[in-house]
Amino acid sequence: MGRTIIEKILSLKSGREAYAGDIVVASVDYVMGQDGTAPLAIRAFQDMEGLEVFDRERIAFVIDHSSPSPNEGVSALHKMMREFVRDKGFRLYDIGEGVCHQVLPESGEVGPGSLVIGADSHTCTYGALNAFSTGVGSTDLAGGMISGRMWFKAPETIKFVCSGVLPPGVYSKDLILHLIGDVTADGATYMSSEYTGEAIAAMSQEARFTISNMAIEMGAKAGLMEADEKTFAWLRRFTKREFKPVAADRDAVYTRVLEYDVSKFEPQVARPHRVDNTAPVSKEAGKPVQQALIGTCTNGRLEDLRIAAGILSGRKVHRDVRLIVAPSSRRVFLDAMAEGIIQSLVEAGAAMVTPGCGPCVGTHNGVPSDNETVISTANRNFKGRMGNSNAEIYLASPATVAASALTGKITDPREFI
Amino acid sequence: MQFSGKAHKFGDDVNTDYIISGKYKFKTLDMKALAKHVMEDLDPNFYEKVSPGDFIVAGTNFGCGSSREQAPLAIKYADVGAVLAKSFARIFYRNAINTGLPVVECDTDQIAPGDELFVDLAAGVITNRTKRITLPIKPLPEVMIKILNDGGLAAHFRKYGGFNLG
Ligand code: SF4
Repeated sequence: MGRTIIEKILSLKSGREAYAGDIVVASVDYVMGQDGTAPLAIRAFQDMEGLEVFDRERIAFVIDHSSPSPNEGVSALHKMMREFVRDKGFRLYDIGEGVCHQVLPESGEVGPGSLVIGADSHTCTYGALNAFSTGVGSTDLAGGMISGRMWFKAPETIKFVCSGVLPPGVYSKDLILHLIGDVTADGATYMSSEYTGEAIAAMSQEARFTISNMAIEMGAKAGLMEADEKTFAWLRRFTKREFKPVAADRDAVYTRVLEYDVSKFEPQVARPHRVDNTAPVSKEAGKPVQQALIGTCTNGRLEDLRIAAGILSGRKVHRDVRLIVAPSSRRVFLDAMAEGIIQSLVEAGAAMVTPGCGPCVGTHNGVPSDNETVISTANRNFKGRMGNSNAEIYLASPATVAASALTGKITDPREFI
Repeated sequence: MQFSGKAHKFGDDVNTDYIISGKYKFKTLDMKALAKHVMEDLDPNFYEKVSPGDFIVAGTNFGCGSSREQAPLAIKYADVGAVLAKSFARIFYRNAINTGLPVVECDTDQIAPGDELFVDLAAGVITNRTKRITLPIKPLPEVMIKILNDGGLAAHFRKYGGFNLG
């Protein structure tokens, strides 16, 4: 019987033929924790009577969620992480290095066929590199740190076949918002998802990350793509390591196959307070916004900043809007500086914040006030997400956010390109 | 495992930001302190209302969103006996079992706010004493029962020195 990508990776890592529904204990290639989850994992590690980590070369902590620390409570937790890392001798990415989901792919440690667990729900991002990577909690993370293993239930898979060509002004963010709106926030719960078709093949590697990043927003455990020359070209910049790609069998069994012609897609927004509450931008156009955010693990990469700068360059952000830009990593920040992108963004009126999660998760760096509306390139618009439950968050592509920052209201980016 | 208590009802898609609001997450490891704010954005007085052993009863996709274990822990430290829902988000479900918070999938439409419930995990049934009906529980995968019986994943590791799920 043919197997899906996830069934193959789980078979490879557990040493037995795994099909949907099977429970396996698999070895993991990399284990990651961030500052929102690592402190509890350290506690669980101690609680499990863990002594050493399974492999110092294959674990990292990243300080990105509240980075630099906004208060004493967080500072104490950061200190606890630094001390633990020093004691156990593995890698720490400290403040300013970036969001975990950018830093890890850039580390060259993750690639086609890898199995990665991360104590962050958007760990599914590396599916765009043909890795089975998934979010876990702190206790599972601690178990992984000690044993290098983790138990999984091999999931069923939904396959999304995207054909056609994305029209100008419509990006991978619009595509994934469209799909989530279609299958809903729990449409893929307990399942894996695969994204394929000519529209995915035509996309840059950076654009692909945005899609896999948001697989969890339809409830999926993974958001997998096959590796191609673009995947390997992207990885070669960061590592010499060889990876063996894992493709689905022709006769693999999918629980659903959904087909889309993306040439008909329009720019999308997710309206408050749900990611699956999507609509074409045209439906919400004209709604005033007070804050705009470009960044996060969804859309803080070089290509995203370049798209935003393309719209903002030579123009000025509307005086009633605060535009916050958080590059997803130091590498991205440096590349964007070298290209003059940061110059354009700052001249247009952007406030730059440290590479990392920025205001995405509501701990600092731009908490909105009551009754304010934010338009953001992030992946979640839950009530209270950005630290104020009386604010509204719209999600959109970097182009839509940039266009809206210029006009002060939700705007179709096609007016500017 | 058996529990009895009152039902506190919530809707579909209760996400981890509702379970523990953005204002409090990540600042502390004191789960007792976090527990005081559990479900606050949906019901400001929830912590005062809930008696030890009471149940959170919800619709589909309970616990969607973040992987933060503060969510099940805050519920557990608020002395909630178990969470009953039509379905759970995957990471929350794992985290709950790992940290020893019982989570139960069942038809929660048959439960009204304030109903007195008796949950028997081993027997796989819920008795709604107010409505005088019984509801079947969707069984947990065996590995999860094992971890829950051991008292969570940390206790499981202490007992076996690693995974022993064969
Ligand atoms: S950028 Fe936002 S969604 Fe991404 S890891 Fe950070 S907090 Fe989570």
